[in-house]
Amino acid sequence: MTRDEILATVLRVLGEIAPEADPARLAPGLELREQLDLDSMDVLNFFVGLHAALGVDVPETDYPQLTTLDACVDYLAARLQ
Amino acid sequence: MVEFVMPILGADMVQGTLVAWRKKPGDRIRRGEIIAEVETDKGLIDVEVFVTGVIAELLVAPGATVPTGTALALIAEEEPAPVRVGMAAPAAVQPVPSTAAPTPRAPASSGPAAPGRLRISPLARKVAETLGVDVETVMGTGLGGSITREDVERAAAARRVMTEGSSDTRPLRDRVSTRTEPVLAAPPGMTVEPEVAARMRRTIGAAMARSKREIPHYYLATTVEIHRAMTWLADENTRRPIPERLLPVALLVKAVALALREVPELNARWVGDRVVPSEAIHVGVAISLRQGGLVAPALHDADRKSLGELMHAFRDLVQRARTGGLRSSELSDPTITVTSLGDRGVEDVFAIIYPPQVAIVGFGRIVERPWVVSGQVLPRSVVRATLSGDHRVTDGHRGGLFLAAVDHRLQEPDRL
Repeated sequence: MTRDEILATVLRVLGEIAPEADPARLAPGLELREQLDLDSMDVLNFFVGLHAALGVDVPETDYPQLTTLDACVDYLAARLQ
Repeated sequence: MVEFVMPILGADMVQGTLVAWRKKPGDRIRRGEIIAEVETDKGLIDVEVFVTGVIAELLVAPGATVPTGTALALIAEEEPAPVRVGMAAPAAVQPVPSTAAPTPRAPASSGPAAPGRLRISPLARKVAETLGVDVETVMGTGLGGSITREDVERAAAARRVMTEGSSDTRPLRDRVSTRTEPVLAAPPGMTVEPEVAARMRRTIGAAMARSKREIPHYYLATTVEIHRAMTWLADENTRRPIPERLLPVALLVKAVALALREVPELNARWVGDRVVPSEAIHVGVAISLRQGGLVAPALHDADRKSLGELMHAFRDLVQRARTGGLRSSELSDPTITVTSLGDRGVEDVFAIIYPPQVAIVGFGRIVERPWVVSGQVLPRSVVRATLSGDHRVTDGHRGGLFLAAVDHRLQEPDRL
C-alpha cells in the first residue's frame, strides 16, 4: 500500500467519526484529537476503523505514537510492510 | 381500544414530529415493538408501544408536528392495559401499574437496527426536504451506511446537473460543495445546521433551568484512587482484540450501577410529589453530539451487564445518538445519569439532575497525582467523583455512602 493510499484510508475512517470536518483542512503535523475534538470513544472507534480497513491491530501502548496524520501514516506504513 | 399518543421523551419535550409509521392498520404489534419514528430535539427516535394488539387506525400523517399527548393511532389491544399507551402526564415517565412491582419492560435491543430502516441524520433529512431530494434514493456514506448531509447535497447536485445540463466539465465531486460551506440551493439567508443546533440548545437550556428551579440540589465530591483499576484495565486490554477493548468509562459506569444496589434511594424517579424507587438499574450516559447538544440514553440493567457488554452497548448508543435511531425507551428509562467530562480536561463536574431522576454522578479527568501509600508519597492515578442529589429524596449522609461504595467497587476491578 502506498503512503497516499494509507492517508486516504485514515482520512476516510476519520470522516466516519467526524463527518462534519473537512479533511483538506487537517494540518498533518498537528494533533488530531485537538483538531477534530475527539473524545476517548472517538479515538477507540478510530483504531477499530483502522483495524477493519487495514487489518492492523494497534496495541493500546502504541496509541501515543499516532497523534498526528503524519505520525499515523508513518506507523501504519511501517506495520504494513 | 387504546390510544398511542405522542410520547414525552424528555422532561422538556412539548412536541414532536411524526416522521414515519412502521406499522399500518391491520398489523399486529407486540409490546416493545417500534410503531413509529419521531423527530425531536434529541434526534430521530424509534418509539415503542406498551401494549400488544392490532393497529386499528393511524390518526396522524407523516410530517405532522403535534404536542406531546396527542393521539397518533388507535390500537385494538389483546390484553387489558391499566393505563394509556405512551406518556400521559408530564411527570410520569412510564405507565405505573397499581400493583407494587414495576411492570417488567420488554427487552430493549441494543443490536442492529431493524432491517429496512433508513439510517439518516435529522439534519440530512431536513436538508433533503429543503432540496426536494427523495431520501430513499440517496446512497449513504456515513457510519453504518447512514445518509449524511453531504450525501443529500451530492444527490441534489447530481439531479440538478442531469436535468439542467452543465458546461462545467469538472468531476461532480469537485463541483458539489460539502462540509463547512452553505447548503446548496438553500434560500438566501437560510442555514439549516445552526437552526437545528440552536433549537437543541434552547431545549436543553429550558430543561436545565427547570431542574435547577425545582430540584433542591446538594453536591458531594470525592477523590477516588484508581491505580489498581487502571493497571488492571491496561493489562486486560492487552488480551483483548481491538473491537473488544474497554474504556475506563465502562468501569466507572459498572461501579456506579453496583453501588446503587447498596444505596437504592438514588436509583429512583420523582413522580408528581413523591419518589418512586426502581428495581432495575438503567444508567443514563451523557453523550455529546458532534455539532453541539447532549443526550443521555440508558444502558439498561447496567448492574447485570459485563464490562464487555457495557462497552458494546455504550458504543452502539453513541453511534445511534449521533446518526439517529435511539429508541424511546432509551430516553425515558434512565434511573440515574453518569456524566464524564474527563476527556476535555476538567477534574470536577457538578452536573444538573435530569428530571425525573433524583441524582447524577460526575467523573472528571483521570490524572496522576501524589498519593500517600503506607506512609510514602507515590504517583497514583486518581479521578474526582461527584454526586448531585435531590435533597427531597436523599441527604448528604446517604449520598456519601453511595460515593464510598463506588470507590470500594473501583478498588476491585476484577469483580466489576
